[in-house]
Amino acid sequence: MEAVYNLYAPLWKLIGLEYHNAIDVAYTSLVSLGVILGSTFGILFDVLNINTPIFLILSFVLKTLAIIVPLLIAVAYTTLLERKLMGGIQRRTGPVVVGAYGLLQPLADGAKLFLKETIIPSNANALIFLASPTVAFILSLITWTVIPFEKGAVYVDINVGVVYILAVSSLSVYGIIMAGWSSNSKYAFLGALRSAAQLISYEISIGVVILTILACVGSLNLTDIVLAQNHVWFVFPLFPSFLMFMVSGLAETNRAPFDLPEAEAELVSGYNVEYSAMTFALFFLGEYAHMALMGSITSIFFLGGWLPPIDLWIFNLVPGFIWFGMKVTAILFFFVWTRAAFPRYRYDQLMRIGWKVFLPISLGWFLFVVGIILAFQHSYLL
Amino acid sequence: MDDLLREYLPILIFLGMAVALGLVLILAALVLAVRNPDPEKVSAFECGFNAFDDARMKFDVRFYLVSILFIIFDLEIAFLFPWAVSFGTLTTVGFWSMMVFLGVLTIGFAYEWKKGALEWE
Repeated sequence: MEAVYNLYAPLWKLIGLEYHNAIDVAYTSLVSLGVILGSTFGILFDVLNINTPIFLILSFVLKTLAIIVPLLIAVAYTTLLERKLMGGIQRRTGPVVVGAYGLLQPLADGAKLFLKETIIPSNANALIFLASPTVAFILSLITWTVIPFEKGAVYVDINVGVVYILAVSSLSVYGIIMAGWSSNSKYAFLGALRSAAQLISYEISIGVVILTILACVGSLNLTDIVLAQNHVWFVFPLFPSFLMFMVSGLAETNRAPFDLPEAEAELVSGYNVEYSAMTFALFFLGEYAHMALMGSITSIFFLGGWLPPIDLWIFNLVPGFIWFGMKVTAILFFFVWTRAAFPRYRYDQLMRIGWKVFLPISLGWFLFVVGIILAFQHSYLL
Repeated sequence: MDDLLREYLPILIFLGMAVALGLVLILAALVLAVRNPDPEKVSAFECGFNAFDDARMKFDVRFYLVSILFIIFDLEIAFLFPWAVSFGTLTTVGFWSMMVFLGVLTIGFAYEWKKGALEWE
């Protein structure tokens, strides 16, 4: 083990990982990887191909469970991954007490949040106050219906999958606005305003980046988008798009360095400041499920989904959903690493990047790509 | 109709189960956990003193401006979606008409930039 560490010692030292931390990090990475993969296993059990409506509905109910349950476990272990990784980078150990290597920590946290008191502020609108975490949670779950884990392993393969994803992610701003308004607290109100403005600003650059991919693929179906990357992943020809998508993804999920809505130093905790116990936990689950979703979308759009890096027999031996899980885990790693490595942006800088940098560049890059495709199609225009 | 049902009924089932799960989690926590409210605990959080007016106060008009700009650009993207998907089969007329549309949009964008609608100091 130590020999392996020493082999790449300068690399680990560069990102600040000591040997004992590296072991922890590697271990938890493996576990969370395994759990994310679990979510793909479930769906492979395509329950009995019987066409009677009752069995059809039953099979979809089972498939729904096969997505939701592993997803929630994966989300719980993503929090452990984050704490371990941040601990490693900041030269602490992270959680080590509950269970071996802290592996039971997410369960303990969950049980604690479940048994805590739910506080409903006296001048809050109780109904909206309780509805908003539920809305945030539901919206972060239902997008997973169209994500293809492997060829054929998708809950429903609708032909407008990209539009569905964009529509649901636009709705997610409602959970935040409802929370901020119904809490009737100044911090929550300001946090919700900031968060809403941030989400809608970065949604535009995400939309334009997706347009670039659609022009290359010519289909809104996510399976088609992955299959179009059979020869080369889109991350190589469309690298600027990939960068903008990753950064916008950080902003869309309210992650550091763009976690302005919950800037602890000024807004305490942002839109969820009045929330406690299970209502807070639902926001938390929703946020991390959204992060995992962002990872899946990025790997489908740019990293070839379930496809292996090169079409070699040894790579093809590995099942597609393992490749998919590894890519999602790599992107989650990136999300955590940026949180540990970069300081928070100011709000005006955030809006400046969204509107004055990403929007013009992504539109210009879109036109450039479209022009190149057109030039190859109609060579008489050249 | 049959295709529509086959593709979207599962999404409805999924939505129904997600709603049920969310409600169960919230309600179970409300029922199971101890609740022992007192006036200090249930008042709005405000760094150590009592909240002295309503939290739904006036806010910066720029948030409003951003949401209006968002509507314009999001509509533009929704408008571009079918164009981008059918790009492979597009005629020259189809291509250039969208370029004209984007040109008009860019002029509008440059105008709003110049007017300072994107400034946050």
